[in-house]
Amino acid sequence: MKLTNIKYIFLKEVRSFFNSPVAYIVIVVYLAILGWFFVSNLFINNMSTLRTVFEMTPFLLLFFAPAMTMRLISEEKKSGTLEILFTKPIEEYEIIAGKFFAAWALYFFTLLPTLCYYVTITLIGTLDAGTVIGGYIGLMLVGAVFLAVSVFGSALTENQVVAFIVSLFIVFGLFMLDKVLFYLPISLANILEYISVDYHFSNIARGVIDTRDIIYYISAIGFALFMATSVLQRRRWA
Amino acid sequence: MSILVENLSKLYGDARAVNDISFEVHSGEILGFLGPNGAGKTTTMRIITCYLSPSAGSIKVEGHDVRSDSLAVRKLVGYLPEQNPLYHDMNVLEYLEYTAQLQGVLPPLIPKRIKQMVDACGLGEMKHKDIGQLSKGYRQRVGLAAAMIHDPKVLILDEPTSGLDPNQIVEIRSLIRDLGKQKTVILSTHILPEVQATCNRVIIINRGKIVADGPIEDLQRSLHGGEKIILEVEASANQSFDLIAVQLKSIPAVETVSLIDERNGTKKLSVETSDATDIRKELFQLCVQKGWGILELHRVQTSLEDIFRQLTSDSTK
Repeated sequence: MKLTNIKYIFLKEVRSFFNSPVAYIVIVVYLAILGWFFVSNLFINNMSTLRTVFEMTPFLLLFFAPAMTMRLISEEKKSGTLEILFTKPIEEYEIIAGKFFAAWALYFFTLLPTLCYYVTITLIGTLDAGTVIGGYIGLMLVGAVFLAVSVFGSALTENQVVAFIVSLFIVFGLFMLDKVLFYLPISLANILEYISVDYHFSNIARGVIDTRDIIYYISAIGFALFMATSVLQRRRWA
Repeated sequence: MSILVENLSKLYGDARAVNDISFEVHSGEILGFLGPNGAGKTTTMRIITCYLSPSAGSIKVEGHDVRSDSLAVRKLVGYLPEQNPLYHDMNVLEYLEYTAQLQGVLPPLIPKRIKQMVDACGLGEMKHKDIGQLSKGYRQRVGLAAAMIHDPKVLILDEPTSGLDPNQIVEIRSLIRDLGKQKTVILSTHILPEVQATCNRVIIINRGKIVADGPIEDLQRSLHGGEKIILEVEASANQSFDLIAVQLKSIPAVETVSLIDERNGTKKLSVETSDATDIRKELFQLCVQKGWGILELHRVQTSLEDIFRQLTSDSTK
């Protein structure tokens, strides 16, 4: 494991996010949509809470995560630059990890401005710090799962549109699992509930950080990145 | 031994792109890889550089196996891929820095290596430009600079001069010749004069098989059956080609005579001999004797082009 290789790939990808319109479009559009819902609900509900941020973001991420990551690997395949990466003395998982962390960093910069809402609300009311911290940790973890899955989607194909749609499909499935539980027998429902991203998020967003939820997130991220790495390895060694 | 290829095969589905080839390359050798499109040149190079894995057989680069010791091989090899893919949104310096980092060049040495490569490849004026804005010739230089950034022992260049103008081609060839003194270079091309100009050994492959391997002079000699002489004569109108041909064939060594061109009473002929005897003197005397004016008389060397065509055409029929 060479952290320096992951760092080099990470820095290159972050730079190319911010050298292209991608980063700015993601940040601006996310804040515009979120801001509209946040402000319009705030005075109607008349409650000092960041619930809008925590409820809307996973939903917006269904589209933003595949959009942020769709070019990460598929573009390298299409333009042939994967041949450059593959003939350098670096491992496939270093490529995947560097790219994943770059997307996660972009997501972090996207969430960062929402701290303005926190500041605004603490000025006019009181906020429970525990739920806010828990909520943000939860958002970072949900985002990481969606981004890791979308990196896998991008590794599957050289077509960015296909990468986007495949990732959206998987991510949507993970998001919806705990919303269809009524229709299922209890034994199956428990399993699906455990796999569902949103179920674990709702625990953390209440301010309760349980190791079971953390383990779920880390294993989901790890599994998605492992799958993405396998896709790349198959390409070389098949 | 710098590169050792043994019984290498590569299958794509049922198609055999490379079929049981073996060769070795010594350090300090510049090996030209020649063959028609689809012969397996690029596939072989991609396997040596670890982009693809072999279906059968083994390759060792400086003693490291491409399968079991792939990272070590990739550290030693500098590679310019066929289509020269580059990141168009990076500028030249950023790209060279990135490749140097990934190749494992020690960080304190990176600025110096970049400067050397920028100078060697003539990129000084373009170093702050985005690669996407560069012309094809400059992109090719960026690709070469990136391939050599870590001062590799082995350099694999897949069509290094494609897209360059004649001046640049001459520059790049002399750069490759200089490099070849200390390094092992394999370059592929289908431009035949390029091999004659840069390589000291050539391998010709066709349909995944090696059809010739050796120094260029050896290949020329081994395939050199007879000589070919071009003769242009001015003969009076009543001297038809057939008549001239019969006269020429009276010289013992002459095997075939064929007409290349005929205009205004001059005839351009190609005279081929069965062995390597020089018959120019006899031809001259015959012409003088018959009163034909000689406009042109010269010997044609069997070029690499002829060798190439002889070796690669019969099996594609």
